Amino acid sequence: MRKKLLIPLHGNDVAPRFDLATEVLIATIEEESATVEEKTVVLPHASPEDLCHLILTEKVDVVICGGIEEEYYQYLRWKKVRVMDSVIGSHRLVLKRFMEKGLRPGDILREEMGGNPQ
Amino acid sequence: MERDGFKKNRETRRIFGSAGILRSVLDAVPLSIVVMDRRRRIRFMNRACEALTGFSSQEAFGVPCSHILRNRVCFQDCPIAKLDQAADPVSVESDLINKERQLIPVRITLAPIKDMDGKVTGFLESVEDMRFLRRSDGTMSRGFSFGRIVGRSPQMEKIFQMLPFVAQSDSSVLITGETGTGKDLVAEAIHEASSRTKGPFVKVNCGALPETLLESEIFGHKKGAFTGALEDKPGRFRLAHNGSLYLTEIGDLPYPLQSKLLTFLDDQVVYPLGSTSGFQANVRIIAATHRNLEEMVREGRFRKDLFFRLNVVRLHLPPLREREGDVRLLLDHFLNTFAGQLNKDIGGFTAKALEILLGYFYPGNVRELRNIVEYAATICEGGKIDPGHLPTYLLEERESTPDREETQREPLERLKIADSQEVGETWEATERKMILEALMKAGGKRGKAARLLGWGRSTLWRKMKQHGIEP
Repeated sequence: MRKKLLIPLHGNDVAPRFDLATEVLIATIEEESATVEEKTVVLPHASPEDLCHLILTEKVDVVICGGIEEEYYQYLRWKKVRVMDSVIGSHRLVLKRFMEKGLRPGDILREEMGGNPQ
Repeated sequence: MERDGFKKNRETRRIFGSAGILRSVLDAVPLSIVVMDRRRRIRFMNRACEALTGFSSQEAFGVPCSHILRNRVCFQDCPIAKLDQAADPVSVESDLINKERQLIPVRITLAPIKDMDGKVTGFLESVEDMRFLRRSDGTMSRGFSFGRIVGRSPQMEKIFQMLPFVAQSDSSVLITGETGTGKDLVAEAIHEASSRTKGPFVKVNCGALPETLLESEIFGHKKGAFTGALEDKPGRFRLAHNGSLYLTEIGDLPYPLQSKLLTFLDDQVVYPLGSTSGFQANVRIIAATHRNLEEMVREGRFRKDLFFRLNVVRLHLPPLREREGDVRLLLDHFLNTFAGQLNKDIGGFTAKALEILLGYFYPGNVRELRNIVEYAATICEGGKIDPGHLPTYLLEERESTPDREETQREPLERLKIADSQEVGETWEATERKMILEALMKAGGKRGKAARLLGWGRSTLWRKMKQHGIEP
């Protein structure tokens, strides 16, 4: 099965805040062949509304993010997008864990995690 | 001098003894405190900070602070950079998003931790929750209001008169009322006006989690208490220590947990899952439900003794349809709020829109009214809100109402009619009652009774036979 994922990024990590992310990773996963197709999109500015719009136009199935406001969480859920929030870790590790079907909302993956923003 | 310094250190060691004691001291402070190393990775978070962020200190250990505190300044202008130039602690106002997906305005103050040689070894950050302060700037000073609750009906006036006294006492409070009547706001207002306002306000939805998870969420657990309990969890009671614990949907609390809550109300001790030693929690309980607890007690679904302990102070919030004159006040109040938020120049409602809004029954109470006004304010581009800006279901409902007089009646009047028909009765029972009332009014004369009912004589006869009414 094909699945489209979106991860707001901050450096190499999942962005701690959905509303302040200016870069996102869009990954298309073929579950049978375990292949991933990735692209990074740089946003003109941080805006949770524009990010929701991008998620819907890109027909994203799953959003993996850090902190997200209830309003946007419920909106995406209503639009049938699965949201796994409060995930902390590098996007590589998070993606790997997701493909192994072991990722859950609130997971903290400590390995490889980057530092604070400078 | 040196000797003095040495004596002071010895004194400090005597007070704190070990890191464990320092932790327990910081846990007792109602302000959120985070200790970070030089790389800004979290080494310790006190209990108030756990309650604010939703992360436990163990979860946060070693994680960069920006991932846990999720503060806006972390991404725009990290104040730690300013600490190098400034000798004094740096204070900034900002906001954070906690694990419960709430955006919380905060004031953070950062100070470096230095060793004996003046070398920076880490940072101490305090996070002050500004929600209550922000609200008190604007809304608390307004007339016809308490906290964020607005109303001037006699029913609400009675509640406003009671609230300050309720807040000042430390008794358990039970808030009842239909959905959307403002139970959460009242609970928050009680906490804000109480002496516990500096302490945490922790909310638990008793209907949102399955029984096993709820028990560990409310009372906490010890590491190894069950499969998957990889670390100690403090539980909401512990997080609410020196503050208020708001148990919403208490009517949905599973029966076995009701006895555990009762034990706490009796001796103020919380026993986490898998622990033999208890924790003395200083917590005020505020419970709320939209269910009829008395009925649940009668049916054996809610413990009688728990009901009596929670029911020390009872606040019943009336449904909006019973709050005379409040619909108009709330329409204007929310329109002002949303017009301001959306930066629109909206001058009120047209007479037609107002007629529809005042005639509506509001089964979802204030929450529904607020949503209707938010929708209208979003759709309206300026000027006045007319029927075209209202949600379509309001107009459809109006069209489907056969009696126009009915919609123009005051909501309270309509309620009285609805009440007199005893909502929930079957049509058969209502019809039987109608026939009997008509017969009584007509002094037993069937012809007159049939005319009163608008039926033919044969219809009345047939219906009387059907309902077993003897002539």
